[in-house]
Amino acid sequence: MGKRVVLVEDELNIAEAIRFLLSREGWRVETLANGSSALKVIRKAMPDLVMLDVMLPGRSGFEILQDLRADPELQALPVLMLTARGQSRDREMAERAGVSRFMTKPFSNAEMLDAVRDLTRGGPAG
Amino acid sequence: MVSLNQLVIVCLTYVAGLFIVAFAAERAALRGHGDWLLRSPLVYTLSLSIYCTAWTFYGAVGYAARSGLEYVTIYLGPSLIMVAWWWLLRRLVRIGRAQRVTSIADLISSRFGKSNLLAIVVTTMAVIGVTPYIALQLQSVTLSLSIFAVSEAPADGAVPDLGSSALWVAVGLALFTVLFGTRNLNVNERHHGVVIAVAVEAVVKLVALLAVGIFVVWGLAGGIENTLARIDASDIGQWRVDGSRWAALTILAAAAFVCLPRMFQVMVVENDDERHLQIASWAFPLYLMLMSLFVVPIAVTGLDLLPPGSNPDLFVLSLPLSEGQNGLAMLSFLGGFSSATSMVIVATLALSTMVSNHIVMPIFLAVRQGGASQSGDVRNVVILARRLSILLIIGLGYSYYRASGGSGALAAIGLISFGGVAQFLPALLGGIFWRGATRAGALSGLATGFALWMFTMLLPSFGEGVALSAGIFAEGVLGLGWLRPQALFGIEGLDPTVHAVVWSLSLNALVFGLVSIFTFPDPVERLQGAQFVNVLDHSRPTRSWTASVAGSEELMIMAQRILGAREAQVFFRHWAQRQGGAGTLPEPTPDFVQALERELAGAVGAATAHAMVAQIVGGASVSVQDLLAVADESAQMLEYSSQLEAKSRELVETAAQLRAANEKLTQLSLQKDNFLSQISHELRTPMTSIRSFSEILRDTDRLSAEDKTRYASIIHTEALRLTRLLDDLLDLSVLENGQVTLNLARCTLGDVLDHAVTTAQTGATRPLTIERDPAEENLGFLTDPDRLAQVFINLVTNAQKYCVSAAPRLRISTARHDGWIDVIFLDNGAGIAPQDRALVFEKFTRLMRTGDAGDGAGLGLSICREIMTRLGGHIDLVEGGDGTAFRVRLPAGQAEAPKARVGDMQRVG
Repeated sequence: MGKRVVLVEDELNIAEAIRFLLSREGWRVETLANGSSALKVIRKAMPDLVMLDVMLPGRSGFEILQDLRADPELQALPVLMLTARGQSRDREMAERAGVSRFMTKPFSNAEMLDAVRDLTRGGPAG
Repeated sequence: MVSLNQLVIVCLTYVAGLFIVAFAAERAALRGHGDWLLRSPLVYTLSLSIYCTAWTFYGAVGYAARSGLEYVTIYLGPSLIMVAWWWLLRRLVRIGRAQRVTSIADLISSRFGKSNLLAIVVTTMAVIGVTPYIALQLQSVTLSLSIFAVSEAPADGAVPDLGSSALWVAVGLALFTVLFGTRNLNVNERHHGVVIAVAVEAVVKLVALLAVGIFVVWGLAGGIENTLARIDASDIGQWRVDGSRWAALTILAAAAFVCLPRMFQVMVVENDDERHLQIASWAFPLYLMLMSLFVVPIAVTGLDLLPPGSNPDLFVLSLPLSEGQNGLAMLSFLGGFSSATSMVIVATLALSTMVSNHIVMPIFLAVRQGGASQSGDVRNVVILARRLSILLIIGLGYSYYRASGGSGALAAIGLISFGGVAQFLPALLGGIFWRGATRAGALSGLATGFALWMFTMLLPSFGEGVALSAGIFAEGVLGLGWLRPQALFGIEGLDPTVHAVVWSLSLNALVFGLVSIFTFPDPVERLQGAQFVNVLDHSRPTRSWTASVAGSEELMIMAQRILGAREAQVFFRHWAQRQGGAGTLPEPTPDFVQALERELAGAVGAATAHAMVAQIVGGASVSVQDLLAVADESAQMLEYSSQLEAKSRELVETAAQLRAANEKLTQLSLQKDNFLSQISHELRTPMTSIRSFSEILRDTDRLSAEDKTRYASIIHTEALRLTRLLDDLLDLSVLENGQVTLNLARCTLGDVLDHAVTTAQTGATRPLTIERDPAEENLGFLTDPDRLAQVFINLVTNAQKYCVSAAPRLRISTARHDGWIDVIFLDNGAGIAPQDRALVFEKFTRLMRTGDAGDGAGLGLSICREIMTRLGGHIDLVEGGDGTAFRVRLPAGQAEAPKARVGDMQRVG
């Protein structure tokens, strides 16, 4: 076990909720509140899942997603995007950029956990 | 014996008959009936017979009795014109119709640039020239009446007053002319009633003269042979023809035939159809021949049979009377009466048109400054002027008759009249044949000719010592020998009539020509000149190309430039094949050129095409009309294009307005979208934490009490954040809509700052040192203290949150200047990057995130900006310096230093 997730979320309370939920499921959660260092952190951590907020200081979720998809080593990473800007335009943009799953805030915990499980079934290990 | 009363009754009956005929004709013409007669060549020809006045009717016989065959010249002149020069008449008729000419004065003035002066001159000359002629008619009627009166006199024992009969005749004629000459005001000045009456009178006088002639030849002289024998025996047969007099008189008669106002009236103005001229060209000479047929027999027989001293001018009447042929005498009288009346009527009509159109109306319009504003009004004035002119002219004739005392032979008066109107001839002919003729030329020629006519013909006719003294006759004006009226420039031995005609007409023509050559026509004159001279060319229905000197190559080059090379080549090849010739260039036949012109017209317009083709085909002979037409088209195109320009300008403007409106709408819509999206984000973010943690609290059984408390407090904080967001949004909305109510109160700056700093620092987690100078803040003014405090709180809170410094410090300073109070908030933080300065006051702008749930939604500074606007001041960022400096600028109003630092800030607490 010991799957890892990198969570990029600038709202500390939201990040805390997600960390609590995933830790309980056995995930090792690495949280960062700033978009600019995200890519470096992800490359270093090589997590099983990346969770991205959209509106981030430094670098937006979309940009981070594009960076990931452009990187040969990281492009296969499942990315779950969570955003409070619940507009269809954003969903389309995310899908074009290659998002694995797009969720609108506020989400139900069960839904979010389902999505995480869904995305990591099999995972890199299996 | 015929009594005078009987004569008067017959006359009245005859005149009544004429009235009826004229009236019927007018009615028929009005309804469009009877064209076959009214507009027939027969009536036209007969109406021309007003040339034969009482002078011809009575006077020709007298003329023959005195001067032998010379009377023939009076008939010869018009006949020559009709037979040989009818094309001249056709040109006149064509011009008359094309230019809607109403009289000879109108034609001449119209030709020479529509000059009113010229019209007045011609009118005056015509009146002077024709008045004796009218008097002559009155005289002849009176004379003829006198024959009856004299023969009646022994029975009555008293000779009736013949002068009054002339008056009655004049009044009757005036009445007739007024009735039928001015019944209506036609544009074309046609008078069917008058014309038909004249035609009837033409028949009457011809029949009368023929009847008398037949009676004389077969009743008195005993057949043709005896008549011829009698002629041979008489003096008339012995008279030698004077060549120069013949030529002069023939020319004079011909000129008068064209120039007499009454002839112009019937020949040109009343003409319905140009083709009538062709028939009249032989029918009218025939009529004249019939009129002259029995002149010599009557003269010879009269001289033989009547007692010596009988007036030969009245042989036509006195011969039948002397033989007791009362009926014939009556007919003869009616013939003379007809000749006189028809002449007077038409002459008066023609003159009155001229007088009213060229003298009365211009004066009327000049006097009445309003001009011809009311058309109905003016029409009435024209008719009235016409009627008064008729009365005036007949009155003039009557006066002349009374003044001259009825003296002089009929023929002499007639010739003088002819001489006067003949002066129009040079201007008339020059005007319609010579484009170089000018107004100045016409005026000088007319003046010269008329002066000479007066001096050599009219004035001498009154006899020595009447108008010109005997001395002038013998020695000339001022004793200058070359200024003798009958021997001008020292040329003596000429017949006075020949002398007068030769001098007046030749000098008239000479002066006209010379002055025309040395003067320049104005534009209207040029234009009119071209139209008059070219009247036959341009009134042809189609303008066809005849003798062509065009080069096909030139046409080809031009066509290519207009139609395009391919099209032109196809067109030319097509025509070349059609003409059956070899090669690609067709012969420039009229057909081809016309087809080409049509083709070009499709591209450049008819007039331009014609002008262009004309330049090649007809050399440089582009007519004035063509050029005018081109100018017209260009003007229209210009106007059209300027309209288009205006339209397109409008369109551009409208489009720009639409674009601006659209941009504004798009921007508004975008702003709204952004705003909604941002609100959504700001609402969803706290909601996410609330939902997530509440689910955790609900679903997790084994949760430490510590965690429970922590999660509940997070939910509480986020709920407060939501509430604050909603409060801010509502506040901003109210402020932006201008629906905010300000609670104005007098307060002191220091008090408001105290309150704000206290509020902001209550519960603050980070330390912030605030530096103030209470002395500066001792300023009182009128404002809404709560709203102002809200702004200050916001600024202090921002400094607390965002001032990144080891020892955060905020300096609040106050300055007064120019009616403003500036409160500056300067912190010692990193400041705001220049590219972000413009954004700080926009909604939902958060330049720095602390990640703290207590974060505002980014509406604080937007609210501050709105509040400051409401308070009459503003808030901005001050450039330069370290840290961030906000300046709150307040209107000082009646700011003053309050006596005590006691605000009435009841609501603050």
